[in-house]
Amino acid sequence: MTVLYKQSFTSTAIWSALGVTVLLTACGGSDSYAPQPVIPPVPVIYSYEVSVTNLTHAQPLSPVAVILHNEGELFEIGISASVALENLAESGDNSQVLADDIALASASGVGVIMPGMSETVSVSITDTQPMMISTAAMLVNTNDAFSGFSGMSLENMAVGESISLLTGSYDSGTEKNSETMATIPGPAAGGEGFNAERDDVDIVTMHAGVISNDDGLVQSVLSQAHRFDNPTLAISVKRVE
Amino acid sequence: MKLFKAVATITLLCSSTVSIAQELEIEFTNLTHGIHYTPILMSAHSDAISLFSAGVAATPELQMMAEGGDISGLVTMLDAANANNMTNPANGLLAPGQSTTAMLSTDEGNTYLSVVTMLLPTNDGFAGVNSWKIPTEAGSYSFNVNAYDAGTEANNEVVNGGGAPGVLGIPAAPGMDSGTGGSGVTTEEANTTVHIHRGSLGDDNLTAGKSDLDNTVHRWLNPVARITVTVK
Repeated sequence: MTVLYKQSFTSTAIWSALGVTVLLTACGGSDSYAPQPVIPPVPVIYSYEVSVTNLTHAQPLSPVAVILHNEGELFEIGISASVALENLAESGDNSQVLADDIALASASGVGVIMPGMSETVSVSITDTQPMMISTAAMLVNTNDAFSGFSGMSLENMAVGESISLLTGSYDSGTEKNSETMATIPGPAAGGEGFNAERDDVDIVTMHAGVISNDDGLVQSVLSQAHRFDNPTLAISVKRVE
Repeated sequence: MKLFKAVATITLLCSSTVSIAQELEIEFTNLTHGIHYTPILMSAHSDAISLFSAGVAATPELQMMAEGGDISGLVTMLDAANANNMTNPANGLLAPGQSTTAMLSTDEGNTYLSVVTMLLPTNDGFAGVNSWKIPTEAGSYSFNVNAYDAGTEANNEVVNGGGAPGVLGIPAAPGMDSGTGGSGVTTEEANTTVHIHRGSLGDDNLTAGKSDLDNTVHRWLNPVARITVTVK
């Protein structure tokens, strides 16, 4: 990438130099002067593919959110979740994350990714080289667990290069992990998604996993099948253009 | 024909992975508190073969290893692909907290390392690393290994000697610390591809309950093993 950038910089410099020459010639008073045709700049497209594999046993994933950004974080350990992230983590609705102010460009997966399944999401932006990429999706048979990564640097990624990573699970800290039927939106329960009340620690932390009814949490609607260990997602980010 | 040869030569020259024979020392450490490993399989192989992939159904050979600790099927498969194998470096089971070290000489072109071993007592849990690119530069390289579920057997957590592929049950609890009389945790496997193991449930009743496993002994969290490869 750095090399590409340098090349385009160099050619811009050459064009500027030519422009100066033309200007000087014009100042010379030549009658044959004709305005140079304006060459429109070729738009530079930065395009990425994000492949996500669900590594869990029985936690469907909400549609994946991918954003390109130059500042900020989608989430940070120890910091209170944004309302946009709270929506994603409690209900699986990624629309507010995709529309977040920090996002230069964003893309959503087409649907739920079932355990063992994969999906590739494409995202691109024209003319502005994105510095960072963030990705998140909810583990839907939980109160407010999500997996993904925040603020991974894209600065030095050349076309054709890719980075593979395994991501752990986070607790958005915005809803108590009661595991009751009324509070879990996934197919294991069919309960409520987003609730504006924050009745938990109100900071993002790593997730400790679900307990489940089978493991002694009597009020839990979850079974042993819904338990999970890290990592929960395998993600590959590739720059394609 | 000549052109083909020339292309082949260029391809070889361009290949950044100069395929040379290497001498590796591989240390495998059991990081768990109460899990034994069955005979370990370490293999250096080409990119033409892969032992497992998350999100993809296990091969019958992987299933044999994951359900019963039998690595013979994988070894046959790897031999056919001209891999360099080290089988059973610990001479049997590898107990919690213990390490084993093996030497592995690799042939030209066998530039990927895979290691697999079954977790006991589990139904079809295994620790594995698939196709780790062996560095060409001499040095010592460490990485952690996660526990996978082969997705081929329901995790009923009943210790009944069932180690053959397709036979429900856990073959053995080598620590002699499991119970009996478990009614079975589940008969279903929701994800039938290779995936991250959700962990064993266990219970606190060694003569009844759902599980024969002890929830104070047989649980784990990732990572479950550490591998250090020294490239000579």
